[in-house]
Amino acid sequence: MLHWLVFAAFPIGFSMVLALYDWQIVAGTNRFVGLEQFQALALDRPFWNSMGNSIRYALWSVPMGMALALGVALLVAKPLRGIAFFRTLFYAPSVMSGVAISMVWIYIYLPEKGLVNSLTSLFGLPSVSFLSDPRWAMPALAFMGAVVGLGPRMVVYVAALLAVPPSLEEAAALDGASGWQRLRNVTLPMIAPTSLFVLVTSTIGALQLFTPIYLMTKGGPLDTTDVVGYHIYTTAWQKFEVSQASAQSCVALAVIGLVTWLQFRLSRKAIEGYSPS
Amino acid sequence: MRKLSVYLALAILAVAMVAPLAWAVLVSLHQPWSEIPEYGKLVPVQPRWDNYATVLFGTDLPVFRFALNSFFVCTVIVIGQVLVCSLGAYAFARLRFRGREALFALVLGSMMFGSTVTQIPVFLTMRQFGWLDTYLALVVPGLGSAFGVFLLRQAFLQVPRELDEAARLDGAGDWAIYSRIVMPMCKAAVATLAAFAFIGTWNDFFWPLIATTSLEMRTLEVGLSTFKNSYGGQNWPLQMAAAVIVVVPSLAVFLLCQKWFVRGAAVGSLK
Repeated sequence: MLHWLVFAAFPIGFSMVLALYDWQIVAGTNRFVGLEQFQALALDRPFWNSMGNSIRYALWSVPMGMALALGVALLVAKPLRGIAFFRTLFYAPSVMSGVAISMVWIYIYLPEKGLVNSLTSLFGLPSVSFLSDPRWAMPALAFMGAVVGLGPRMVVYVAALLAVPPSLEEAAALDGASGWQRLRNVTLPMIAPTSLFVLVTSTIGALQLFTPIYLMTKGGPLDTTDVVGYHIYTTAWQKFEVSQASAQSCVALAVIGLVTWLQFRLSRKAIEGYSPS
Repeated sequence: MRKLSVYLALAILAVAMVAPLAWAVLVSLHQPWSEIPEYGKLVPVQPRWDNYATVLFGTDLPVFRFALNSFFVCTVIVIGQVLVCSLGAYAFARLRFRGREALFALVLGSMMFGSTVTQIPVFLTMRQFGWLDTYLALVVPGLGSAFGVFLLRQAFLQVPRELDEAARLDGAGDWAIYSRIVMPMCKAAVATLAAFAFIGTWNDFFWPLIATTSLEMRTLEVGLSTFKNSYGGQNWPLQMAAAVIVVVPSLAVFLLCQKWFVRGAAVGSLK
């Protein structure tokens, strides 16, 4: 019994403080205000706008991030001299401060003088002020998310690619499959479970975006980048409507859970259909 | 030929990744308040290394204090996470008790949610305890980590049970098995956790932002975001010096521990 207390109950209780907090939200709002908060929330247009923005961000950034990570992983999974150096280099941005990265990307997206506009002006393209143009702000942030978050996704893909038996690829090559065919019909199905993992974790991460929004756009222009993470923050700590923000957190939690569950369901089927065994 | 094209692609990617960072370092050495330099004049004629001293010890913001706060909070959290997570992981890997699987599923589930959904209850709890704007608020919520429990449990499961049983025959209890057998055999996993805990805490922006209000309690990451505001976003050289200052420690830890990072990220995918 003592063992259980020392080794199990205390640390588990501690680690689960986070999980329990979610319950507290539900209990807190339900007990004291009933469902009124949620009723008000149902008609809260700015909140649903932010929910939509988050989903839009995920729809942009997750596919871009996965494609980039897979592409880079295919390169750095090759047994070449000095490849470890490139892996380290491509992982490095992932360990860097979000504030520092955001400051640098503000410059990258600057109109006229920014890195992107300097490059595009070489081709005679007009200058775009990416972060204050409602059409561009969201895709620009999503692209940044795809590049900055490369590291962990790449590492996971590399691990999966190295686990694919080389004999499979060789057999396909003997049968005359082209490089593209081998990738599509051999490699991708073999690493499908990893893709599912990357898809789920990237989506969860994308739906909880905060730091770049806080530093780069403050939800603008015209609330087009007011994602749910930022919206909850402003509701709770700038307007001080804490219980309203709690209700928003609950809905966000439910949406994240739902999206995760959906992805698991849909992809399980796809993977089973694919499964080579 | 194929090899060459792979190297070429790698080189292009590498340049794209490094260029913004190199730009930041170069700009940080320009005259304070100067305009963003043109590309031809990017390398400063007279590098202003004193910009770093200006940022760290300047009178506008207590940046040195921010750095001390960050180092202190990170150190305590790294030690705390290693202790708390290893004990929890030991329980999940070795002890049999009712509801173990359900509890473990809950811990894993909580890995999904970041501070977006937990901020308010954690904040309210800290307020109840009267810990807001103190080190306790910065440190205590970070001591447990679902990722850490998961990572160490996977490692502990790899330790052969025969070793436990042999030790038990020699009269060892759980504490001895934990401290003399399991932990020493899982040094690599513990190092992985420590590295992740350090980087995660160092770069955490959201929680210190809402848990602290006074300037003296800010961590480097939050302090530097106020840096941007206090210069109106125009003093690029000093801002970039600040950005470099906050990046260097985490980059150093990463370079020292990189093999563990790869391991940690890969373990996460083997669920």
